[in-house]
Amino acid sequence: MSILVDQNTRLIVQGITGRDGAFHTKMMKEYGTRIVAGVTPGKAGQEVEGVPVFNSVQEAVKATAANTSIIFVPAGFAGDALLEAVFAGIKLIVCVTEGVPTLDAIKAIAVAQQHGARIIGPNCPGVISPGKAKVGIMPANAFRPGVVGVVSRSGTLTYEIAANTNEFGQSTVIGIGGDPVIGTNFIDCLKMFQDDPETKAIVIVGEIGGSDEEKAARFVKEYVTKPVFGFIAGQTAPPDKRMGHAGAIISAGTGTAQEKIAAFQAVGIEVVYEPEELEDKLNSRLR
Amino acid sequence: MKIHEYQAKEIFSTAGIPVPREKVACTPEEARNCAEQIDLPVVLKAQVLVGGRGKAGGVKIAKTLTEVETVAASILKMEIKGLRVQKILVSECVDIKSEYYLGITIDRAARKPVILASAAGGVEIEEVAKNTPEKIIRAEIDPLLGLLPFQLRNVSLALFSEPRLTPEFTGIAQKLYRLFTERDCSLIEINPLVITGKGTLLALDAKINFDDNALFRHPENEALRDLSAEEPTEVEAKKAGLSYIKLSGNVGCVVNGAGLAMATMDLIKRYGGEPANFLDVGGSSSPEKMALAMRIILSDPNVKAILVNIFGGITRCDDIARGLLIAQQQANITVPVVARLAGTNAEQAQKILENSPVLWAKTMTQAVKLAVAKAQEAK
Repeated sequence: MSILVDQNTRLIVQGITGRDGAFHTKMMKEYGTRIVAGVTPGKAGQEVEGVPVFNSVQEAVKATAANTSIIFVPAGFAGDALLEAVFAGIKLIVCVTEGVPTLDAIKAIAVAQQHGARIIGPNCPGVISPGKAKVGIMPANAFRPGVVGVVSRSGTLTYEIAANTNEFGQSTVIGIGGDPVIGTNFIDCLKMFQDDPETKAIVIVGEIGGSDEEKAARFVKEYVTKPVFGFIAGQTAPPDKRMGHAGAIISAGTGTAQEKIAAFQAVGIEVVYEPEELEDKLNSRLR
Repeated sequence: MKIHEYQAKEIFSTAGIPVPREKVACTPEEARNCAEQIDLPVVLKAQVLVGGRGKAGGVKIAKTLTEVETVAASILKMEIKGLRVQKILVSECVDIKSEYYLGITIDRAARKPVILASAAGGVEIEEVAKNTPEKIIRAEIDPLLGLLPFQLRNVSLALFSEPRLTPEFTGIAQKLYRLFTERDCSLIEINPLVITGKGTLLALDAKINFDDNALFRHPENEALRDLSAEEPTEVEAKKAGLSYIKLSGNVGCVVNGAGLAMATMDLIKRYGGEPANFLDVGGSSSPEKMALAMRIILSDPNVKAILVNIFGGITRCDDIARGLLIAQQQANITVPVVARLAGTNAEQAQKILENSPVLWAKTMTQAVKLAVAKAQEAK
């Protein structure tokens, strides 16, 4: 098993005819992900990488029984694309688009919750269950099938961390996104990993800003029995400066790396200070 | 994006939120003219994009026109937390009966806007929130329904001892929330909101932060940007699609991805160095962008070594390597450059850099150790 995406994933690519959409359709397809349709309004009848294009998500779902969607449309249209997917009955929506206005994300997430749909992102690299399916933009060669569940707020840092767990491989790796408001948080993923029999250990990759890591720590104490490792980026970040990600900002003294590390340590999450330590730490806990 | 108090007050005024009579001035003479039109005494308030200006001496009362000129001149010479004061708000002296806090922001965990109010106004609300959270009244706003009348009634009755203020307060708070959504704010704040001697409500101070992600659909927000308050190299970087923040160390870094960039900085510190900057080159890896990144880093004279840490996904390492070679030729790089390029096409990248002065490292830790050592040798 794995979580969120696997061989049963039937994927729609929203924004399939765009530069990024087309490129990653090719990459995901090469990885073995079952892509059943693409959507670009006004371009029905075309094909991209052998995938049929539809005008709307609703038409695509009707024709292909898709159950998952990935969004590559530009930031100004992403809120609408999310709502379109929700109203078409898609239950798992991955929003790769970066720079989505916060209030657009908030509205789409509220509507998704009412419809029982899960949004991952926005501004995220997506989800990969190595060897089964890749619904995202991550480089396939950084991952191997295995037993470690990884959940992260970053992109390339996720690949760096995952590559350092390759001795054990990964069940699923989720990039939840670097924005202040995101559809799926650490707690959602921790619960799924704890409940997934294939996952033997969990790695949380956090960063400065907000208090999601602290909340994740409390949840680990209450619910998680598997070994959990934590990494926090941004120990040297100055306050009041946005460190690239909209969500990565220390404001009014809260959201610091030190607070998050302390919260991890208080509940027995093993803190990793550099990616290369992970292999040894996993070895000592899993062997 | 932050804007000045006087800009936020103009927005408030247009929206019908009551503000004091006030005008903005850039010179002592202008301040005097403003004061003549407003009536003495006046309050002179430094306009800077940081908090704590009151404590820094940036807010003063002047009773005569001569005093207005001398006080204005002294404030206009000030630097508050590294920012030069270039404008002063000249404001009427308001008869204050009591002070409150009112603000709307995003609750990240609840994934909703939230309205916050407190009778402990006028001071740093973060301090109140930290030390006496029970003094903060809060109501989460349903993004699909908006701020509901009953919520505002409840906030008002909890905030004021006088129920007669409810309609007035409700009006102000509704206008505030309308601004919050219409202008895509990340924070909108009145601190303090005061009851005047006449018993009416007035926004004595104003703070608005706009959502950077929504600026593309708000040219009217972007027009309020004060570029003089921003680091020029940071502005240049942003135009080119790079995210750059200057820091005080001597190891420059070029990284793809914000999380990896922060992790790289942390590792530099862990191995005894100090990062000179945060720099995320983003997803694109064009040689021109790399060359610009190198040039921006080298414009900081503290930089004694440069660390390039790339985990290639969409970004191809061979592109980065070519960009590095071009940068070497164009930018006249005089400091050691350590490159750690992993992921897509890393082997080709290593070949490209084989006969160049760029030092090759296999892992992130090795690269950091080497860059820190090179920076220390240069001292």
